[in-house]
Amino acid sequence: MKIGTPKETFEGENRVAMTPDSALQLQKLGYECVIESGAGDAAGFSNATYKAAGVEVVKTAAALFKAADVVAKVRPPSEIEIKRLRDGQTLISFFNPAANTDLMEASAKRGATVIAMDMVPRISRAQKMDALSSMANIAGYRAVIEASNNFGRFFTGQVTAAGKVPPAKVLIVGAGVAGLAAIGTSTSLGAVTYAFDVRPEVAEQVESMGAEFVYLDFDEEQQDGSATGGYASVSSPEFREAQLAKFRELAPEMDIVITTALIPNREAPELWTEDMVKAMKPGSVIVDLAAEKGGNCKLTVMDEKIVTDNGVTIIGYTDFPSRMAAQASTLYATNIRHMMADLTPEKDGVVNQNMEDDVIRGATITHAKDVTFPPPPPKVAAIAAAPKKEAPKALTVEEKKVAEIAAFKAQTKNQVTLLAIGGALLLAVGLVAPASFMQHFIVFVLAVFVGFQVIWGVAHSLHTPLMAITNAISSIIILGALMQIGSSSFLVIILAALSVFMCGINIFGGFLVTRRMLAMFQKS
Amino acid sequence: MDFGFTTAAYVVAAILFILSLGGLSGQESAKRAVWYGIVGMALAVAATLIGPGSGLWLMSVVLIAGGGAVGYQLATRVQMTQMPELVAAMHSLVGLAAVFVGYNAHLEMGNVLAMDDAARKATEGFAALLAKKDSVEIAILRVEVFLGIFIGAVTFTGSVIAYGKLAGKVDSAAKKLPGGHLLNAGAAGLSLICLIWYFNTGGFFPLFVMTLAALFIGYHLIMGIGGADMPVVVSMLNSYSGWAAAAIGFSLGNDLLIVVGALVGSSGAILSYIMCKAMNRSFISVILGGFGGPAGEQMAVEGEQIAIEADGVAAALNEADSVIIIPGYGMAVAQAQQGVAELVRKLRAQGKNVRFAIHPVAGRLPGHMNVLLAEARVPYDIVMEMDEINEDFPNTDVAIVIGSNDIVNPAAQDDPNSPIAGMPVLECWKAKQVFVSKRGQGTGYSGIENPLFFKDNTRMFYGDAKASLDKLLPMID
Repeated sequence: MKIGTPKETFEGENRVAMTPDSALQLQKLGYECVIESGAGDAAGFSNATYKAAGVEVVKTAAALFKAADVVAKVRPPSEIEIKRLRDGQTLISFFNPAANTDLMEASAKRGATVIAMDMVPRISRAQKMDALSSMANIAGYRAVIEASNNFGRFFTGQVTAAGKVPPAKVLIVGAGVAGLAAIGTSTSLGAVTYAFDVRPEVAEQVESMGAEFVYLDFDEEQQDGSATGGYASVSSPEFREAQLAKFRELAPEMDIVITTALIPNREAPELWTEDMVKAMKPGSVIVDLAAEKGGNCKLTVMDEKIVTDNGVTIIGYTDFPSRMAAQASTLYATNIRHMMADLTPEKDGVVNQNMEDDVIRGATITHAKDVTFPPPPPKVAAIAAAPKKEAPKALTVEEKKVAEIAAFKAQTKNQVTLLAIGGALLLAVGLVAPASFMQHFIVFVLAVFVGFQVIWGVAHSLHTPLMAITNAISSIIILGALMQIGSSSFLVIILAALSVFMCGINIFGGFLVTRRMLAMFQKS
Repeated sequence: MDFGFTTAAYVVAAILFILSLGGLSGQESAKRAVWYGIVGMALAVAATLIGPGSGLWLMSVVLIAGGGAVGYQLATRVQMTQMPELVAAMHSLVGLAAVFVGYNAHLEMGNVLAMDDAARKATEGFAALLAKKDSVEIAILRVEVFLGIFIGAVTFTGSVIAYGKLAGKVDSAAKKLPGGHLLNAGAAGLSLICLIWYFNTGGFFPLFVMTLAALFIGYHLIMGIGGADMPVVVSMLNSYSGWAAAAIGFSLGNDLLIVVGALVGSSGAILSYIMCKAMNRSFISVILGGFGGPAGEQMAVEGEQIAIEADGVAAALNEADSVIIIPGYGMAVAQAQQGVAELVRKLRAQGKNVRFAIHPVAGRLPGHMNVLLAEARVPYDIVMEMDEINEDFPNTDVAIVIGSNDIVNPAAQDDPNSPIAGMPVLECWKAKQVFVSKRGQGTGYSGIENPLFFKDNTRMFYGDAKASLDKLLPMID
């Protein structure tokens, strides 16, 4: 089968869904690759490089749609592109199916199978095809770069001959993929970076990237992010208030604010209010990565850069990945290639649309003339839900006392019972056995008792030396052999001699080995 | 003959032995404790040679010296990784000696009973002791001799098989003859019949039949126990060798033998108990072999095992502040302890907090890992027990699992239907990152899939542990 990639028709879109590298990989899966002339130009991949990778270059988009059995692109299809789809053809692209129901139904009508890259479920197996994450990663990086481009000072603090430069202070709101990428970029540029997220469990990740997590003074039952597939969900009004208060406190200090807070299938929450913008110093920069969904700051204008009256720059671009087209195309093409690899388990160049597979089922939004969106919940939870832990009930003093007394009583009862049974058994033995036996028996019982008392104190780490030394001293049986060796019977002498010899091995071997081992244990 | 002196020496020796075992409660006092043991043993042997065992004393001394030479060679040549085999082999010697001494007691008894009164008075040594016994005492003596031989014989074949399994000379998988435990029960029943028979007649034949049955029990019992349960087996055999000595002590009327036998016996029993508790299994189920069947459907493991190369591990280690290493039998097999120690030295030189977490049943012998690490000159104060370190995993950057599997299996906590459910495990998956050094994708001894390997924060570092470490070491700076 043939995989084809047309030139993106969306205004300003520079990315391309196939790179010469990904084409080589796709050919290994048994596919032939086709590309529309000039599709990779904006991302820096010329027709010639595609040809060198064995990709057929066709002149027009129409010819491409005709030639390809699988069409891979970046942006959701335009109406014209939908019309070019035919029965049995597969389209892979971002789709935003919740918003583009008309396009989705039109595609279904034409009989094409549509795989939406933004619907790939968030499970570990599907990470390699999670294009949203790869794009978010780029967006996070680029957001910091755009901010620094519009920020008139250094990020890193310096002491120069011309005076001292304080480091820039950066606040990143929302520590998802984009937020974490932004944190990494910002700290590596040398800025003092703070980060906030409604999910307190990401604090660790934030700190691991070198930023400081902004904690709220707020006791509400913490929401467990795992219940929502690792995405944030809507928070309570009280929580929101506490959060805004904290931001208000931080606003005057911050030089750069990057907001990345998005809630799936909802308008972006307003986190950076007008009064916070007013409180910021002139020259500060806000990058609103949520601009497409209305923005985390209400002043943001989508796709534009504005400067407020008090000199704060607000960037509302939505095309960060496209601004780094070469990088974005490479990552996206690799995500597509992994998707194709899952679609062709036999590597025979034929698409196997396995609707039983969680990942493929989740991403497929139309198939066999039906709309298959929304998908059923995946069989595997994205992130294992942290089991609700019940806090151990704090015992009151009285309860503790009662418990202690009960434990003491139980122990006493146990010991008394054991002693009684043991005593009765001893008595029973004593009634039958002669006195000479009882003398030895007492010694035996006492020795067992001493043994139990002593051995419990042995350190775990010394168990092997303990075994070696008990082994050595169990050769005490040599005493028996020594007493017998003076016998008048030749057979007895032979057996006793053998025993003495073997015990000799054991005594010396056992003690020496123990000494060797103990000598090795040393303090640091 | 000065028997009063002998008894006094025995008392001192017994006290020294008790101090010797008690001294093992700490690494430093242990170094003194082993000398107590040596002095105690020397005193006991010397007192016996001068006192009741003075017959043919020159031959005895020569034999002890000969045995000592062999023992010296063994002890100085053995590799620390071969320690389990050595201990098992030495147990078999004690077992065999107990059998011989028991037979001797039987033979002497026959000789003495055949004598007339005048001859009895002329006897010496052990025979003299026998000559004074009345008929009830003789009957009790028979039971004691019988028990001594029985336990000694089980210890002997059991230890030989355990040695074979540990040394890799016998297949370490659990194997049973057709008939399984019925055969053992049959042999035990036969021994019981022989006991009654021997008790009544005092003949040689029942003793001999019982010995064969006991040898079979020792062989078959240990053959039926798999490799990972070896810590329990070895400590159990240790215990048996003690009880055998105690039983012989009764038959010879020697209190020191009884005391030491009881000490060793209870020591082995406690060790077995600790090992079983660490696996959350009853002693019976370990001895009878095999895991109980799963109580229901086990949780399926989802996800994939993600491999990583040495450079990735090195990068994570270079960045980490705190590292916990969890060694297992795989480290011993690959002889990787020196590499591990070198890694620890390098990491510690950078001021990182590096520690070891030791599960009680890691390895093939109680405390096996501690000895291997000590041999590689890892300081013992960074080697922690499970209970000491389990709480620290959430604050740890990197946990490295080297050749262990079941002892780090989260299914023991999460899956009530897992065969190892309830077994205490090292919670290494709570660390930020986990690296597992492992030869391949197989399951552990118990054949249970390990969900740890599929966790998001786990990376599999495939390959022989030693080779992997050799690759890793130059990248740590």
